[in-house]
Amino acid sequence: MARTRHRVWKYGDSVNTDVIFPGKYTYTVDHDPAALARHALEDLDPGFAGSVEIGDVIVAGRNWGNGSSREQAVTCLLAAGVHAVIAKSFARIYYRNAINSGLLVIECPEIVDQVDSGDMIELDMEAAEIRCGGRRYPFPQLPEQVREIVEAGGIIAYVKKRS
Amino acid sequence: MQTLTEKLLARASSRGRVKPGEIVVVEPDVVLSHDNTAAISAIFQQLPHERLRYPERLAITLDHAVPPPTARHARNHARIREFVREQGIGNFFEAGRGICHQVLCEEGIVGPGMTLLGADSHSTHYGWLGAFSAGIGRSEVAALWATGQLWLRVPESIRITLAGKLSTGVTVKDLTIGMIGRLSSDGANYMAVEFEGDGIANLSPDSRAVLTNMMAEMGAKNACMAPDAATWRWLAETLSRTRPHDHKERLDVFRALALYPDSAADYAASHHIELDEIEPMVSCPDAVENALPLSAVARTPVDLGFIGTCTNGRLEDIAAAADIARGRRLRKRLLVIPASSLVLRDAAEAGYIADLIDAGATIGTPGCGPCMGVHLGVLAPGEVCISSANRNFRGRMGEPEAEIYLSNPAVVAASCVAGYLVHPADVTGGRPAAS
Ligand code: SF4
Repeated sequence: MARTRHRVWKYGDSVNTDVIFPGKYTYTVDHDPAALARHALEDLDPGFAGSVEIGDVIVAGRNWGNGSSREQAVTCLLAAGVHAVIAKSFARIYYRNAINSGLLVIECPEIVDQVDSGDMIELDMEAAEIRCGGRRYPFPQLPEQVREIVEAGGIIAYVKKRS
Repeated sequence: MQTLTEKLLARASSRGRVKPGEIVVVEPDVVLSHDNTAAISAIFQQLPHERLRYPERLAITLDHAVPPPTARHARNHARIREFVREQGIGNFFEAGRGICHQVLCEEGIVGPGMTLLGADSHSTHYGWLGAFSAGIGRSEVAALWATGQLWLRVPESIRITLAGKLSTGVTVKDLTIGMIGRLSSDGANYMAVEFEGDGIANLSPDSRAVLTNMMAEMGAKNACMAPDAATWRWLAETLSRTRPHDHKERLDVFRALALYPDSAADYAASHHIELDEIEPMVSCPDAVENALPLSAVARTPVDLGFIGTCTNGRLEDIAAAADIARGRRLRKRLLVIPASSLVLRDAAEAGYIADLIDAGATIGTPGCGPCMGVHLGVLAPGEVCISSANRNFRGRMGEPEAEIYLSNPAVVAASCVAGYLVHPADVTGGRPAAS
């Protein structure tokens, strides 16, 4: 996987888990990917779930995913086909949940204000950079031990592999 | 020279010392889950492990939807009971016992020097006892159940020095809302927050938990303070009630484990707060960091009030509400949900529950209640709620079109008497209590 192209959905700062996946569904909607995908970003952008396509990326401001520890705020995006979330920064538990569920999360503050919804970006994981509008935006690689978990496809796959 | 957090993580990872930024593998003493246990066990079943690595380290409470509002929620609880039986989990607390964070403290499951990882974002709570505790996600919990281990990045620590004493009518809730307003919802993202200073001695145990609990709203990984005489007194008194058979032995375990920060430890940032400069604060919709002095939003009409949650549902919170409600009539609905059955029992014995009921309040089953919008008092579109909880995000208590203000419990009760946001002294001051 050298370079991949993605369409952008752009959001602002401090998007919390309650609007990524409403708390009222947390004990009733769990494992059914279609249902998870249907409620993704429901209280933030009612238009998202209907028109998101596989491979799209979310680009957001600082502190994406603050609030609850609910993993559906990660898995609903995976179910909706989201390839990665690129943000100025992530809330701590969201960041862990993403890594441990195999959702690509990239901290790259420089690109956020340069793109808008509908723009196309290119992702180069080997070079650890995003390309867009003729410019390159490098982002930091994850620490070795953590990268192993992402590469395994999440912590469950990782534990399985090692047991 | 190490911070308290570094010492706690060094112990949990069986190392001599750890440094911020390092990735360490920890073996926590306690792994917490609640109504999400069934969902986690479904993930656990994807693993080849049939048994838990350390069943004695799990602690499970039923608290988020109790009593179950629908058959679906009841089935979820039934699945959890089944799992608890199958795996032989001793630390299981039934629906009605209370909210996980309150119950695990009261039961002496967690104490000074210990480490807890919990499938709940307010797992920062236990730091008031001098423990390391952090929230994690469900898959991580399933992995922990199987292996007993998890990776953590050692956080940088922020030191917050508290000096002096809060003024009358001002609480730790006001302090935390003000702090989050100033430092913002990611002011401590990925970091540890450590509290110290002579002001801590002036804070009751009930209110210290507010401090560490609310740091989750500042993005903190964990928040903690060293145990002091008040911590030990609280533990001795509480455990003698909840564990009459072994409370002395349990205290000895905690005494042997307790850790204290080095005075010359390295902090990434330090803040100094004079407690007597704090004034009553309110978080306005839809973010905790939308903090304003109560005086700036006074007279905002409210439809109802909620006192409860792991943040402000303890005895002193209910006492503060009862002091205002006593002999008065509430103009607006007030729902009071004690954080645990112990709190409910003590509040009933002290007469607070009677005072609240006489004033027109509703009392709910110990648990999370409407905090996360599941049941027992969720909001209708357009309703304005003043709440003692920790979060006021859009849709948090049900409908996205409802508005939630956060404050200390006395402000909640006073606002329900007045019908609008009000300083408690404006309700109680100068007037005879029975007017
Ligand atoms: S009371 Fe609210 S914040 Fe606390 S554990 Fe329950 S749902 Fe979470």
